[in-house]
Amino acid sequence: MAELKFRTELIRNKAAGMSSECGCSTSPAAEDEKPRWITGTVSAGEGLVHRVSTDLTNTDLWEHIRCRISAFRENYTVKPGFYAVGEPDKTSEVLVSANYKLSFDHLRKELKGMNAWILVLDTKGINVWCAAGKGTFGTEELVRRIALARLHEVVDHRNIIVPQLGAPGVSAHKVRRAAGFKVLYGPVYAKDITAYVAAGRKATPEMRAVRFTTTDRLVLTPMEINPAMKKYYPWYAVAILVFFGLQPTGIMFKGAVVGGLPFLGLGLISVFAGGFLTPLLLPWVPSRSFAVKGWLVGLISVVLTSNIFRLFEPSNGLLLFFVYLFFPMASSYIALQFTGSTTFTGMSGVKKELKISVPVYILSAAASLILLVFYKTGHWGTL
Amino acid sequence: MKYLRDVATVKLAEEKCSGCGTCVEVCPHNVFIIKNRRASIVDRDRCMECGACMMNCPSGALFVDKGVGCAAALINSMITGGEPTCGCGGNDSKDNCC
Repeated sequence: MAELKFRTELIRNKAAGMSSECGCSTSPAAEDEKPRWITGTVSAGEGLVHRVSTDLTNTDLWEHIRCRISAFRENYTVKPGFYAVGEPDKTSEVLVSANYKLSFDHLRKELKGMNAWILVLDTKGINVWCAAGKGTFGTEELVRRIALARLHEVVDHRNIIVPQLGAPGVSAHKVRRAAGFKVLYGPVYAKDITAYVAAGRKATPEMRAVRFTTTDRLVLTPMEINPAMKKYYPWYAVAILVFFGLQPTGIMFKGAVVGGLPFLGLGLISVFAGGFLTPLLLPWVPSRSFAVKGWLVGLISVVLTSNIFRLFEPSNGLLLFFVYLFFPMASSYIALQFTGSTTFTGMSGVKKELKISVPVYILSAAASLILLVFYKTGHWGTL
Repeated sequence: MKYLRDVATVKLAEEKCSGCGTCVEVCPHNVFIIKNRRASIVDRDRCMECGACMMNCPSGALFVDKGVGCAAALINSMITGGEPTCGCGGNDSKDNCC
């Protein structure tokens, strides 16, 4: 069965290769079959495989930006399988990657001038590290792909280079037993791959360590802000406008806007504090807890906007109390979500944070609501 | 950057360790060193419980309660009662962790 699938893959590869050589115009359907980054074919054992370009086009780069800011990344994939870079032969290295195109692109662009094979695992379009955590980038899939590619016929050696961040899903000793290939863990970052290979497949301690630089954190922030703005903010905005517009006689538009606007602004401030400032300033904000970090940044942001920039000038003690209770807490909650994006937070730590913070969030939300109700009834009493 | 103190579940059974050094190689946070031909945990607080060491220890000397360090995933599992899985990607979820 596996063999049959492999054969059909080869035939399809062959057909695509021929159509590119004849120079005939490609229909959109053919375009779909053969992506732009495929530049020809290379013979591998008995079959042919696609050769991939090591240059990224502007389209690739634009797609990478879209991955960072939207749900576009949820279906940004490469067809799993076997690919070639340059003119690889039986002695060339075999590099393993995931079928998330962003991961695949990061790898191929680092392989300029190299002759190598790339084995792309089916990770359901997820990057190497996350897929390894789930097990889709794993021992079983790797063994299966080695067999499908007939790797033992393509290369004479018995080594495959797996990215180090694939290790949470792969058991090197089990792969060796099941497939006969020795897993060599390559560097964490694709940019070190040529140096790693040139050094005789030796990684320096720097190549083995995961970093989390300011730039790394910065590129992750749009996907912290985006879900918060989509998931929570619209509901919050409607609730605030209705609340301030609500009069004993009905909903007043003027009341909604005049009363609600500063609160809509403060809502944006807490999303910005928790989803952008906290991740960006992560190493410098005191405390190891993300909930505390987010709360602190949220509190300072609220103080700055309401007391210094006078965005919100409290006329009422209850509202003031609400502002300082609710918004730093919202920032804390949003900042806590960033634990899913970091390179250093573990499950036990997040569980511990949640055990304390979730009850605090629920109580504060309830208290905030009560404050607002008291404010409203008091306000109506004076009308 | 380090996360919370004294929470990581990584455990090393030193008597089983053969000193092969694979854990040192796969660990992304330099949690291990080889000392006197055996692995040793240098700093537990650096561990993010990814499980790479446990998966690749040929002598089964390492244990980690591995899982996703992602608040969204854990909150989801609290609500639904299911396993905490990172909801990123796929077609079933709009959550965007890792």
